[in-house]
Amino acid sequence: MPGAIHAEGLVKTYGQLRALDGIDLTVPEGSVLGLLGPNGAGKTTTVRVLTTLVRPDAGTATVAGHDVVRAPDRVRRSIGLSGQFAAVDDRLTGRENLRMIGELYGLRARPARQRADELLTQFDLTSSADRSSGTYSGGMRRRLDLACALVVRPSVMFLDEPSVGLDPTSRLMLWDAIDRLVGAGTTLLLTTQYLEEADRLAQDIAVVDHGRIIAQGTPHELKTQTSRQQVEVIVERGEQIDGTASLLSRFSLRPPEVDRTRSLVSAPVDGGVSLLTEVIGALAGAGIEISDISLRRPTLDEVFVALTDPALAGRSEHAMVSAGASSEKG
Amino acid sequence: MTVAWAVQSGSAVDTLRPPSAGKAVRDVVVVTRRNLIRMVRIPEVLILSLVQPIVFVLLFAYLFAGSFSLPGAGGPEAYREYMMAGFFAQTIAFATASNSSVGMANDLRSGMVDRFRSLPMTRGALLTGRTVADLAQNVVLVAVMVGCALIVGWRIHNGLPRAAAAFALLLLMGYALSWVGVLIGLSVRAPEAAATGNFLWLFPLTFLSNAFVAPSTLPAPLRWAAEWNPLSATVQAARELFGNPGVHASNAWPAQHAATVSLVWSIVIALVCRTLAVRRYRSAA
Repeated sequence: MPGAIHAEGLVKTYGQLRALDGIDLTVPEGSVLGLLGPNGAGKTTTVRVLTTLVRPDAGTATVAGHDVVRAPDRVRRSIGLSGQFAAVDDRLTGRENLRMIGELYGLRARPARQRADELLTQFDLTSSADRSSGTYSGGMRRRLDLACALVVRPSVMFLDEPSVGLDPTSRLMLWDAIDRLVGAGTTLLLTTQYLEEADRLAQDIAVVDHGRIIAQGTPHELKTQTSRQQVEVIVERGEQIDGTASLLSRFSLRPPEVDRTRSLVSAPVDGGVSLLTEVIGALAGAGIEISDISLRRPTLDEVFVALTDPALAGRSEHAMVSAGASSEKG
Repeated sequence: MTVAWAVQSGSAVDTLRPPSAGKAVRDVVVVTRRNLIRMVRIPEVLILSLVQPIVFVLLFAYLFAGSFSLPGAGGPEAYREYMMAGFFAQTIAFATASNSSVGMANDLRSGMVDRFRSLPMTRGALLTGRTVADLAQNVVLVAVMVGCALIVGWRIHNGLPRAAAAFALLLLMGYALSWVGVLIGLSVRAPEAAATGNFLWLFPLTFLSNAFVAPSTLPAPLRWAAEWNPLSATVQAARELFGNPGVHASNAWPAQHAATVSLVWSIVIALVCRTLAVRRYRSAA
């Protein structure tokens, strides 16, 4: 079994634009892959190829064991799709939408109706089940959309930017629903621009840019692989900030950064908690009063910027990219 | 291969049946029902597509009929009867083309087409469901137009079976034009473009025909176009079957074999546009 989703060398061009430029992916059964990348990187095109909506110009892909080009109907029977480009009918009620989709999957009228009722309960939509979905709030609509993708309990799910435009509460509800789904053994491929979302939901992350996968790994691996930790010190008294900076430069890999408005000195370091203890000792020895000190790993946001836009990352010195990072794994 | 259709454990969902002719019909029924529900929930569309032809019928019947004359037929009363077959055809053509093209373009833009294409539906069921719903709407339109026609003096002279045949030909032509609309809807990038684009072919189709004037009164190239216009054959056949005046206004070959020509045109238009539309639908990106 090559994995619930397996793609090799996917290429798709639109005129001059190479939307996909050799995408390789494997998502093991029951796991979650987050596809991360800036706008136009090729995330959505990848999902469209894997869900049989677009034929690739080159390369092969199987989903749930079926080839997306040669057996698209088998693939369609095994997948659920939800996201920015797969809509619900705004004039039909939530219930009618779910029943319609169930019947189009091939359920008879009665099982389709039963399944619609189950999903409405599960997604907390029962009280609005008989209202046009056009009157739903963004969060309700997204939940209905997710329910539509679950009508036949697909073995592989695709969620394209599931929480775009949702308020924090709706987003948490959606994440809970996704957790339950994955807990039940569904394989999930998720695209997102929200790194927090990928960090929260995905075991594996593939970073896509210019139609290629430029890095892949667990969120932890990506964070350690692409940039280092920083010591951040906030001094109690502003006049001690320069002394702090020169002291920190003894430990730092590069000259520390000074942010006077926040009385913050940050220095990229190579070392763990023991180094932090040393720094604290040295600061105390120099009589510098600190209000806060932390050893911080880069956020996924910084990793993302470091990977997709090294120039920007270099300018802000937020993260360092090791030369090999962009050709890593693939 | 039954295993392939099995889905994970569940109460309501046990197995998905493999594709079959039954599934194809059911897919069309499901999509048709969806389009009819939308139609009922937005009644403005149906109502507005009726108001315009009714206004036109009244204008033509009481304002213009006096100044129009038919070669070899009578005065305003004859023209009122003559024009109704033309209005039936025009009403159907305008309503069906805008429904199907704007409806398809909307589905494309809203992402419904993507949703449907990601489902294990029979190919083309979404499009056929669109045209069948339009056909249902056309039946309603025709019924209302008949009421309007009876008020202005139009009558059926050859009995109900022939009249029924006339309506069947009109509805079949409407069904064919619905496929033209589907093809246009899938080919443009915005519903607005579909709506505007329709006028480019609907006005020539309905006015450069025998719907409101006798082609024999036109100069040669226009007359030829009007005589071979698919709509002319349908209108001519409907007039013959209704027994309305002005039937013998043309000696052109298509007018002499109107019912056959209408039938052939409708089938050819439907098949060609359906083939092209299904191809576009499959590759719609």
